[in-house]
Amino acid sequence: MKQRDTLKKVLCYLKKYTALMMISVVFATVIVALTLYVPILIGDAIDLITDEGVNFTLIGSYLLRVGIVVLMTSILQWCMNVINNKVTFQVVRDIRKEAFDKLQVLPLKYLDAHSTGEIVSRIITDVDQFADGLLMGFTQLFTGVVTILGTLVIMLSLNPAITMVVVCITPLSLFVANFIAQKTYSMFKLQSETRGEQTALIDEMIGNEKVVKAYDHEDEAIARFDEINDRLQKCSLRAIFFSSLTNPSTRFVNSIVYAAVALTGALAVLSGRMSVGILSCFLSYSNQYTKPFNEVSGVITELQNAIACAGRIFELIEEQPQIPDGEEAKDLADVQGNIACQDVCFSYSEGQKLIENFTIDIKPGQNVAIVGPTGCGKTTVINLLMRFYDVDSGCIKVDGTDIRDMTRKSLRQSYGMVLQETWLKSGTIRENIKMGKPEATDEEMIRAAKASYSDSFIRRLPDGYDTVIGEDGGMLSQGQKQLLCITRIMLSLPPMLILDEATSSIDTRTEMKIQRAFHKMMEGRTSFIVAHRLSTIRNADIILVMKDGNIIEQGNHKQLLAQNGFYAKLYHS
Amino acid sequence: MKRLLQYLREYKKECVLAPLFKMLEASFELFVPLVVASIIDHGIAGRDKGFIYQRCLMLLALALIGFVSAVAAQYFSAKAAVGFATKLRHALFSHLQSLSFTEIDTIGTSTMITRMTSDINQTQTGVNMVLRLFLRSPFVVFGAMIMAFTIDGKSAMYFVLAIILLSVVVFGIMSVSIPMMKKVQGRLDALLLVARENLTGVRVLRAFCKEEEEVQRFAGRNDSLTEQQKKTGNISSLTNPITYVIVNFCIIFLIRTGAVQVHLGILTQGQVVALYNYMSQILVELIKLANLIVTINKALASANRVADVFEITPGMAWKEQTVRGTAHADETVGKDAVTPFISFDDVSLTYAGGGAPALSDLNFQVEKGETVGIIGGTGCGKTSLVHLLCRFYDATQGSVKIDGIDVKDYAKQELSDKIAIVMQKAVLFQGTIAENLRWGKADATDEELKEAIAIAQAEDVVRAKGGLDGMVAQAGRNFSGGQRQRLTIARAIVKKPEILILDDSASALDMATDARLRSAIRSLTYKPTVFIVSQRTNAIMDADKILVLDDGQIVGQGTHETLLAECEVYREIYESQYKTQE
Repeated sequence: MKQRDTLKKVLCYLKKYTALMMISVVFATVIVALTLYVPILIGDAIDLITDEGVNFTLIGSYLLRVGIVVLMTSILQWCMNVINNKVTFQVVRDIRKEAFDKLQVLPLKYLDAHSTGEIVSRIITDVDQFADGLLMGFTQLFTGVVTILGTLVIMLSLNPAITMVVVCITPLSLFVANFIAQKTYSMFKLQSETRGEQTALIDEMIGNEKVVKAYDHEDEAIARFDEINDRLQKCSLRAIFFSSLTNPSTRFVNSIVYAAVALTGALAVLSGRMSVGILSCFLSYSNQYTKPFNEVSGVITELQNAIACAGRIFELIEEQPQIPDGEEAKDLADVQGNIACQDVCFSYSEGQKLIENFTIDIKPGQNVAIVGPTGCGKTTVINLLMRFYDVDSGCIKVDGTDIRDMTRKSLRQSYGMVLQETWLKSGTIRENIKMGKPEATDEEMIRAAKASYSDSFIRRLPDGYDTVIGEDGGMLSQGQKQLLCITRIMLSLPPMLILDEATSSIDTRTEMKIQRAFHKMMEGRTSFIVAHRLSTIRNADIILVMKDGNIIEQGNHKQLLAQNGFYAKLYHS
Repeated sequence: MKRLLQYLREYKKECVLAPLFKMLEASFELFVPLVVASIIDHGIAGRDKGFIYQRCLMLLALALIGFVSAVAAQYFSAKAAVGFATKLRHALFSHLQSLSFTEIDTIGTSTMITRMTSDINQTQTGVNMVLRLFLRSPFVVFGAMIMAFTIDGKSAMYFVLAIILLSVVVFGIMSVSIPMMKKVQGRLDALLLVARENLTGVRVLRAFCKEEEEVQRFAGRNDSLTEQQKKTGNISSLTNPITYVIVNFCIIFLIRTGAVQVHLGILTQGQVVALYNYMSQILVELIKLANLIVTINKALASANRVADVFEITPGMAWKEQTVRGTAHADETVGKDAVTPFISFDDVSLTYAGGGAPALSDLNFQVEKGETVGIIGGTGCGKTSLVHLLCRFYDATQGSVKIDGIDVKDYAKQELSDKIAIVMQKAVLFQGTIAENLRWGKADATDEELKEAIAIAQAEDVVRAKGGLDGMVAQAGRNFSGGQRQRLTIARAIVKKPEILILDDSASALDMATDARLRSAIRSLTYKPTVFIVSQRTNAIMDADKILVLDDGQIVGQGTHETLLAECEVYREIYESQYKTQE
């Protein structure tokens, strides 16, 4: 993304805070004016100090004025800082919010293809770095520019000749700063990318630390880490060193200006065109005039980094979202559970065909078992039914309506899903169970928990239903997590069910009881079960036998056995 | 903190040179007001143009030397800071690798990740700034004070006053804002957690249409972070205005006193200008210092958080070398008693922070080459049992022995060479399939890999994903659960371990594949001792020995037939499955 485009987008976010920024600008202008007034007052006071005699009352009145001006300046300065903090942190909050909102509408295709660590690093770390840069930009960029202009005006009024000397030399410093900033932009970008790569690795290794340990793979993990770490060291060193040259370079230019002012000023005093007080005032100005150049250039390097970070966030924010629900999209209501797939074709990547011309008509209340060798595409069917992915061609209809013509929300709410990979959010057990039906009463919740046999283990937890579980289920065992996922569905009882190897981690005694509950739940509900257990399969109304992404056989248990095909072979093995 | 400083050790030279060059630069700056004073007092007063030219050239020379020193300082400090961060990151990553399961459980993944990334970055910035500026600023401040003393003792007292007041203010604000910055970081962590969870649980969240709610949750934490950031920022930005007031009030008194001194003939006008310039320099430096302190506060907070992780020591010590042939072992050999290959003697395990023991009083022996089935209800301690064998956790009581040697007496490498475990959660890593499989044995040939793949019934998976060089995405997300399970089994088999543990690792496989897998493992030529943890009786029926666990205790051990006759729990489990299969 182009640097300029990014900058434009940042400005769009700032628009909301125009009023505050205007106040900040006014404050900054006043502050600068007052700050510039101080050296004049002091210069006047110094001119009164001569060997011939000192006018103490006049000096006193000048100094009193200095005192008042200084107090006002600092109060305004703090107010301005408060405003700047407010604007910066709220802009950052807005961007972060937008990025997160975006995550909710990104297609799973994008999320499956990008690592968690990388995306998280964009939303959290990059935004944080951006905040730092933006704040510096605010507090220093504008004041810097105003100071430069203000000083220029005053200097011109004091002595145009010396001012010209200053004006001619200082652009050098801007030129140098700009040159360095341009050169370092790509270095910062490389640094940012390498960091992202490293974060992804850290996320993967640390996130699965137990497997790493079980395989004694620590050393290899460290070696891979070090390889990236070394690269990061190299590009960081370059980025940091070259960007840090700005400061000494501009300061060097300033010193030249200072010397030039001293020379021309001293000569002007000699020729009687200026007083010593004004010379001291000029020297102080030439410092003040050039200092903002330092700051401005420092800020610019910081902004480079910030913009590189912002660029990565905007990339995420501007990513193509999933096709939104159409205007005409219907809310799926009073679901009967008639599901029809017509000539469905689908593949994850072009050229690698997966599901081809899949057609089926499922009557309301039928139980569909999906069986087949592992990895034959059973999960894909679920991805399509829930509309996590859209079909490439053909269509899937629920109660006669194409699922692309209804709202995702109503479609997904009509399904109850228990996935093979259990996922719980950090929070209390209660929050997790009530996820699908927040308005449920505690009685309903406990009834559901009893029906799915999780009530007894939940009661044994330290705080019962209010026990807080950590990220990804924390201390719960795989089986307990699965029970909770089932309880979750048991409570919301949607009209259609998708159960993916739902009971794989539960012992069979408990499972048997759950099966009973499931059967009750499945009564009158259209349900899909990715099944391994014969009992489930045998009782199913329709069995889909899948192989390599294709439905190769379809029918009930007896019919399929009679066909003596792939299913029969599976069954007898 | 001290812990972290050791990573700077290799950059001692840079750490000395960077501030040194900075101070060199600063000293040249300190000469500038003196030169200017002499221009006013001698050049102008004496109307000596030549003197003025000469002094202005001097100013240029000082600037040039200052520039060269500054560039050198920037280079050395950048080198030290980046080098430090690199070393620190390496050390922290290695440290995390050395922690045992217990500590990993307590720290939590997202905390570890922020420590590794943003905290270390902050620390790097901190080191860089400290080296560049932290010495320079006080040096200029005190240098200016000393210079003031050489001009006029009485006026210099205002410098002393200013410095004392300024230190009080700067350190006062610092002591308030450091704890606040810690809070900011804490809230950032909380935000990170929501973002991560949203990604890991995306399917479930979308299935429940929780997008809106997640957005609310994120917004809530985002707002609380923003509030804290603003509060902290407002306190920190008090520094600038307050220092500005102090310095300028000192200037007022300085000029007032200066006027008296000039009146008395003690000072010249040029010297008053020099004193004023020095005070201004103090202000400039202090503003830098104040900004610097904000950065350093952040860095210190981060550094402490990183140091906290280093404080967590691995709770498990490994022997450098396996301790064998203890007197006790010799004795048993002497008595002609055969040492069982694996034995659990009165083993109990209570997890850190967990109330009731997960396992209690386990006693059993296993002979070499046997297949052991472990069965029992959810949460009965099956996984804990096999984790003890791998020494992921230490038994809180009793001993676990392999080959007559307590697992605590094994060298880490030797123990892990013996055992391969396939865990419940099937995880693969970014890289090729072959790279993943070689986790078990780094130098395995392609033939060995293919053999293991065949045993694990994963040939079709590998074929479908483009052979051994097929790419695995991060955390293996481009594979289905069952595909991952089979590849993780292959990964374990590549190792050719003496002990193979399958911890409910065939749960996502259909029964036919599962059966083929088990028979393939039985036919392994090197006859490993196999532990199969399962919920299904048909997976363990053929085992030489079956352990039935219930609530952390062994309630039955023996073969399928004996257990069926004697163990009620086993019979119940069996019948529950037998019936459903009818």
